[in-house]
Amino acid sequence: MQFKNPVTTASGCFGYGEEFKDFYDLGLLGGIFVKAVTGSNRDGNKYPRMAETPSGMLNSVGLQNKGVDHFCSSIYPRLKDFNTQVIVNVSGSTIEEYVKVAERINELEGIHAIELNISCPNVKEGGMAFGVVPATATEVTKAVREVYKKVLMVKLSPNVTNISEMAKAVADGGADVLTLINTLLGMAIDAETQKPVISTITGGLSGPAIKPIALRMVWQVFRAVKLPIVGLGGIMNATDAIEFMLAGASVVQVGTANFIDPMVCPKIIDGINDYLDRHNIAAAQDIIGALKVC
Amino acid sequence: MKKFAQDFKVTGNTRLNKRHFILELQAPVPLPEILPGQFVQVLVHNSPSTFLRRPFSIHFVDYAKNTLSLLVQVKGEGSRHMGMLNPGDKLNLVYPLGNSFSLPSAGKLLLVGGGAGVAPLMFMGDVLNKKGVRPDFLLGFRSADEVSQVDEYSRYGKVYLSTDDGSMGEKGFVTQNPVICQSPLPYDRIFCCGPDAMMHAVAKLAAGKGVACEVSLENYMACGYGVCLCCITPTDKGNERVCIEGPVFETSRLQW
Repeated sequence: MQFKNPVTTASGCFGYGEEFKDFYDLGLLGGIFVKAVTGSNRDGNKYPRMAETPSGMLNSVGLQNKGVDHFCSSIYPRLKDFNTQVIVNVSGSTIEEYVKVAERINELEGIHAIELNISCPNVKEGGMAFGVVPATATEVTKAVREVYKKVLMVKLSPNVTNISEMAKAVADGGADVLTLINTLLGMAIDAETQKPVISTITGGLSGPAIKPIALRMVWQVFRAVKLPIVGLGGIMNATDAIEFMLAGASVVQVGTANFIDPMVCPKIIDGINDYLDRHNIAAAQDIIGALKVC
Repeated sequence: MKKFAQDFKVTGNTRLNKRHFILELQAPVPLPEILPGQFVQVLVHNSPSTFLRRPFSIHFVDYAKNTLSLLVQVKGEGSRHMGMLNPGDKLNLVYPLGNSFSLPSAGKLLLVGGGAGVAPLMFMGDVLNKKGVRPDFLLGFRSADEVSQVDEYSRYGKVYLSTDDGSMGEKGFVTQNPVICQSPLPYDRIFCCGPDAMMHAVAKLAAGKGVACEVSLENYMACGYGVCLCCITPTDKGNERVCIEGPVFETSRLQW
């Protein structure tokens, strides 16, 4: 599977891409990880779903989407001719649901990979529950591996003690690529009202606040498992993206930054090229895991 | 409508009272058509505590000067920073966002606003006048020292005032003002923007009197262009995005 450049957009932060067509040509992107798809319609969580926090934000959207049938019949036809890789984020509450969605997406010719989301912290059942226990992570990955014949990426949760152990668990289940990290479980309180800010009380923290944790985890997993890594967590600019690649990411995802600057991805692509020129490096892949540790 | 992300130049910063000011911003290219009720997402100085953009209703558009104005209430660090901007400073906007109020070209219309929520009604009045309609305004403020721009609103229609403390106009909430308490209510449609409790009260009152009502919601949002799904409101079509399907909704459709 080829990416024309290492800059892609994180699931849940870019819709189905169409909202950004006003701002730039989506063909500039390395890839688009589209909004999570589940077995059937989900309304998501109640409002309020987000809180601004220092250098980041907390969200609790809860996988709002219209389900895999709607995705295949109404959304896929609009995405299939995008001049970039489109990867579908697959979510569920049960192993059967993950398998059902993966089977359906497998039939779509223009989609060459899925990203298995076993790390969403904002749903009551499933989601992160699959991504914090190694045996369960192996089990769901294995079940999807049996029905999904193309590139299987698995998105890991950072809400674990040992990220390398989780990476090994999904590698054992047959994952081809690891995506890390999803959001960190967090909380925001309004002292004046003495109430939680978001309806679900806890939610997923994203933005630059989580970047050091994400970098550490990418570095640990890069050394522990020999699978390509898609790195994300608080990338706001080209320097952040380069740091993730130095730590071991082959491709990066830009998430929350898309909410602040709709033009951020083309700027990151240009910035990476400038960096490579400035350091006389032939190609972006030459910096993957090139961190100099004394 | 096509959206843009551009650096605007501050051409004016006018203090209205202790808590409110108007920023006039000039676009770097000719402004596209903008509709009343639409909003912008403002990038403040992007410090750790002002990480996300801030949404503001468009208060006025002057195509001749190529400017749009925002009516800002000082609330936190972001609005305080905006209040300190000087002519010549730059401010990055994503715009124009959201739908708009419906724009009837006939009928008797009442535009109800409260506090900084009056913001979109000035532009609405201007556009309605150009369509040949003179609306009435019912504006609510905390007290006389926050009442502002009455002369400007009066250019577009008759103005009724309410203040919480009765220091100017009628005492109490806008929903206690005689103009909206008439039965039958002599309006074809009400347009409302303000605090949540006020919009609920106006919507309820309008429904009780059988008058159509539109509100402009101000839900918390991250992006403003439809991808974060944080600003949703439940409607007869399920959860809809305030930033795309709104911010203006017919109240009969809302399940809020």
